[in-house]
Amino acid sequence: MLAADTAHRSALAALPAPPVTPLATRLTRLAIAAVAVVVLVFCWYEAEMNPAQLVADAGNMATLGSEFLRPDFTDWDVYFNSMVETLAIAVWGTLLAVIVGIPFGILCADNVVPRWVAFPVRRVMDACRAINELVFALIFIAAVGLGPFAGVLALFVHTTGVVAKLFSEAVEAIDPAPVEGIRGTGGSWLQEVIYGVLPQVLPLWISYTLYRFESNVRSATVLGIVGGGGIGMVFNETMRGFLYSQAAAILIIVIVTVSLLDVISQNIRKRFI
Amino acid sequence: MAAALELDRVSKTWGAMRAVDNVSLRIEPGERVALIGASGSGKSTLIRIASGLALADATSGAVRSFGVGVQDKGKLSSEVRRARRQIGLVFQQFALVGRMTVMSNVLVGVLGRISGLRGTLGLFNADEKRTALAALAEVGIAQHAAKKARQLSGGQQQRVAIARALVQGAKLVLADEPIASLDPKSAKRVMDTLVTMSRDHGIALVVSLHQVDYATAYFDRVVAMNAGRVVFDGPASRITAAFLTELYGASAEELILPSQFAVPAAEPLAPVSSEPVS
Repeated sequence: MLAADTAHRSALAALPAPPVTPLATRLTRLAIAAVAVVVLVFCWYEAEMNPAQLVADAGNMATLGSEFLRPDFTDWDVYFNSMVETLAIAVWGTLLAVIVGIPFGILCADNVVPRWVAFPVRRVMDACRAINELVFALIFIAAVGLGPFAGVLALFVHTTGVVAKLFSEAVEAIDPAPVEGIRGTGGSWLQEVIYGVLPQVLPLWISYTLYRFESNVRSATVLGIVGGGGIGMVFNETMRGFLYSQAAAILIIVIVTVSLLDVISQNIRKRFI
Repeated sequence: MAAALELDRVSKTWGAMRAVDNVSLRIEPGERVALIGASGSGKSTLIRIASGLALADATSGAVRSFGVGVQDKGKLSSEVRRARRQIGLVFQQFALVGRMTVMSNVLVGVLGRISGLRGTLGLFNADEKRTALAALAEVGIAQHAAKKARQLSGGQQQRVAIARALVQGAKLVLADEPIASLDPKSAKRVMDTLVTMSRDHGIALVVSLHQVDYATAYFDRVVAMNAGRVVFDGPASRITAAFLTELYGASAEELILPSQFAVPAAEPLAPVSSEPVS
């Protein structure tokens, strides 16, 4: 026992000394922490963070809370119809985006098209993606007026940018061998894409599309608040009229619908991957 | 008659490495040729250049198949798609689309022959489907036609790839290490299928191989490459054990020495290249 212990100690002594973090590294870490604190403090004031307000307006919060705890479903048919409208906006916004996103997604993939094609197409898609749906909604409301159609157009343009990127990344990750197999038989570029690329990326594309549809339903509820139609519009009206119980009912409908869709689409997506 | 495959002073340089170094080669219609050599000797690159999947250096001459241009001076010929239609390709990793059915994978072979629109839309007629099924029957896979390609074993997938070349109506089949990823039993089956196909349809066949025993057992003509050059081109009977040791050099361990070479052959080897084999 003792012998084993001595042997163990001498073995430890033979090991090199444990590594020591150099002073420069430690100072750098300290500096990074200091900068982080400064940034956080700056952002606190910039965002006008004021927890005291929550206490000062406790009465308001209590009213809001108690009203929200008593959801009022009297006008449920109105809410239901506008939820359907929201879903319809998401369906068409997503579908149009996928139809346009497929060719653009392929034109973004530099293993399928030359770089001088992929580069400019990607920049256009970046622009579509960089601007939020809400901003697009404001633009399209100015163009086609208040209502769901403006919402569809807003989702369509933004989602095109998103799916084109997701689709092209799937294309760039394919196994090139089957494509060469098609090329070797004398197929055209389009045939290489259809027989070599599409079968490989289709399951991923379907999965991405369903995922985008889910998030477009969520976005579509918000679009209504700026005037893009659907349940968001009704929600906005109830909040402005201080009808918190009715607002709560609307929120419950939104939560149930979105959760239900998430479960359904997740199940479908599992089947494809 | 024009050669099944004609390479004229073809070179391919990757950075400082000459993967293929000034190779000229002529394969006659219906001829069966084994391409041997160690890993990195340039076999695969040569096959990719022959089919126009890789471009040769600009200093190279023309690559033609049955008189149709594949590439010239490092640029694809304008008739390359016509050339590719008569060249069937078989790859080490099969190059099938795993998610598509065996049948669809074989029908791809028809694409070069039918109108672009019909091919693009995938509207294959009953005749073409019958041809595909007949080809699958020929390689012994017909019963799996409706399965997804990836459900098949490696050897079966390789035979599907051969069926695709058959449906294509290829007059020359280039096979790049077709049995390198297969177990010995499947390997033999695939080699039998390739050679039978070549014999029955008069298809010229070029197969790159690691296994010298297969090269000598199945092929009359053997072309050996080393460091991008052709160092032997002649009947299999003239290959000696000494030459093989020289050819594979440091990588001799990857060589399965055929039993017939247990005793050194009497006939000395005369490499076609004027360069000594290093």
